[in-house]
Amino acid sequence: MTIQFNDETFYDDYTFRNSEWAIRRFPFPFHEDSYMYSVNLEPHLSLRPGSVFEKTFDVDEHYVSEMRDRARVLAEDPLRCQSLPHMTLAGWDLLELIMDAKAREYPDLFELHRDGDRWHWINKPLGIDQTFTFLDETTLPCGPMEYITRQAQGDFALLDHRDDNLWMDAGMVTTQADWSLDFDIGMNFYEWHAPVPKAHEMGVFQRALKFLLNLQQGAPVRRLNWTMTVNPLLDTSPENYHKWGVQKTSVTPENVGSKYHLRVELQTLFRLPRSNALAFPIRCYLIRLEDLATVPKWGRRLHRVLRDLPEELATYKGFIRNRPMIVDYLSQFDDGAETSPGIWPD
Amino acid sequence: MSAGTRKLDVTVTEVVEVNDLVKRFRFERSDGGEMPTFSGGAHTVVEMKDGDITRLNPYSLMSDPRDRKCFTISVRRDETGRGGSLFMHRNVKPGDRMTLSFPVNLFSLDLRAKKHLMIAGGIGITPFLAQIRQLDATNGHFELHYSVRTAALGSYAEELKAQYTDRVHVYHDDRKEAIDLAALLDGQPLGTHLYVCGPKGMIDWVCRTAEAHGWPSEAVHYEEFLAPQSGKPFTVTLASSGRKIEVGEHQSMLEALEAAGVDAPYLCRGGACGQCETDVVSHDGNFVHRDHWLTDDQKACGNKIMPCVSRFEGRSLVIDR
Repeated sequence: MTIQFNDETFYDDYTFRNSEWAIRRFPFPFHEDSYMYSVNLEPHLSLRPGSVFEKTFDVDEHYVSEMRDRARVLAEDPLRCQSLPHMTLAGWDLLELIMDAKAREYPDLFELHRDGDRWHWINKPLGIDQTFTFLDETTLPCGPMEYITRQAQGDFALLDHRDDNLWMDAGMVTTQADWSLDFDIGMNFYEWHAPVPKAHEMGVFQRALKFLLNLQQGAPVRRLNWTMTVNPLLDTSPENYHKWGVQKTSVTPENVGSKYHLRVELQTLFRLPRSNALAFPIRCYLIRLEDLATVPKWGRRLHRVLRDLPEELATYKGFIRNRPMIVDYLSQFDDGAETSPGIWPD
Repeated sequence: MSAGTRKLDVTVTEVVEVNDLVKRFRFERSDGGEMPTFSGGAHTVVEMKDGDITRLNPYSLMSDPRDRKCFTISVRRDETGRGGSLFMHRNVKPGDRMTLSFPVNLFSLDLRAKKHLMIAGGIGITPFLAQIRQLDATNGHFELHYSVRTAALGSYAEELKAQYTDRVHVYHDDRKEAIDLAALLDGQPLGTHLYVCGPKGMIDWVCRTAEAHGWPSEAVHYEEFLAPQSGKPFTVTLASSGRKIEVGEHQSMLEALEAAGVDAPYLCRGGACGQCETDVVSHDGNFVHRDHWLTDDQKACGNKIMPCVSRFEGRSLVIDR
């Protein structure tokens, strides 16, 4: 399939749009009519052709514009991309993982030719043609992690594995749901998860960390996370909260369906071969409520989930203020009919 | 949807007698494809079909991590062990097809280290061979102290000494040479990390001495070999149908259920996610809980089991499936 790339923005005039194709393949995160934390990890295996779970790194119609938005955010704030000195090898691991997967899974868009350590990378959508020496930083215009993540949708954290813990020691973070790499860099798994309510008491992080420390090469896993965002902003960072936080007050009963977006993160985790670090890609998908409700099952279910969500979670996810308005809007799509199990449209 | 550790179908392409006790095995992919890369210190689990028994033994990878053509391991013959090393020495020949796990690293280099100080004893040299090749390729700073019984039994000592000269120090037991550990630990620059792999007594000695000299535990690393996740065979009965299913020695209960065509839920297969949690209807015997999902109280109650990793020893087990 050839992808038609959108020309769109994720700031100011917000021309971001999902096509009918993108709506139908949206990773709806609720498999039942209610939500609570769980260690909802499953193997990251190819699933359902055409879905966002089919490829190792999903490429969609927003690719070119998302990469343009990343470059814009980095130009304003270079600290969105950081790598501690010992993480360069993990950066090369990530570069290899992404280049290899994209060239194999999207041969019409990407090519990788290797001749020993001399590599030739072609990225057709972005018009890039680069020859370089693998593991030699001087042959790339920037570090390996920065180089490849300027060409891959979603945020990326590289987690060093030592002392029976994971350490956030490198990352490219420009499409985040209100967390800061600059704040979290160097923190361990418990430290960077400290702000999450309820989950610590439930023991979720202890179990998740144990599982991740055992994650094996060649056996990546995935999970979905979600929140709500006003306007299709990829960059909802603490650094720019003064710009986007205030937009929560611009929502009215008339515009809530077009302004509010369900924001879903497809999080994957890979053991990296040379560094023994973990790669943690966090891919963000946005969908307007009015577009989401064109799938009847999703409209019904989202209404029930948001209506019944515990107050702490709605507060943590940042939409407690507008929840009544959102639930009121979504109620028109909920006729009380039963919903089928699982996340897929009927 | 099937999951779990990925396996490599390989062919033995070389068996070399390194000395009286050690043989080296070289594996290449049977389909001619590339081996996965790995990090120095990683091991692979070798599956051996020994008659009716499948043996699963971990061995450190000693080849250059960047070499995608092959994996090599060295196996020391252990006359008193469970039989895996004897099988490798006696039965495995070039041309044999075998199955290896993907690499797993429980003895990783700390890449923040300013210097890597390595202490090896006997066959414990193998993970260091891969780590040294990795560090050599990236201009890493290392120093190896390698203790062997005799020069004849000092696997790879001559090669290492020839290539890395004053960065490698070899000590021979029969010449009464010994590592002066206290002096060695005393003279290291700030930011040095210490690694030890060898007999248990050596690991204990190095860890104890390092602690006594005030080394932070985060800077001391040792190889702790993974024991195969097997156990005694047992029988599980399904409450719904009364069917009895045998769980083999090297099989998990989940695998046995799947092999019998039971559609049991799972996600992680590692005892963490809770998806396969199963109610126990009745039991007469003892659980071998290996998961980190159930709380200690739940484990004590004996009314839940995680069939992906946990086992049972006793007369009868009936589960709610």
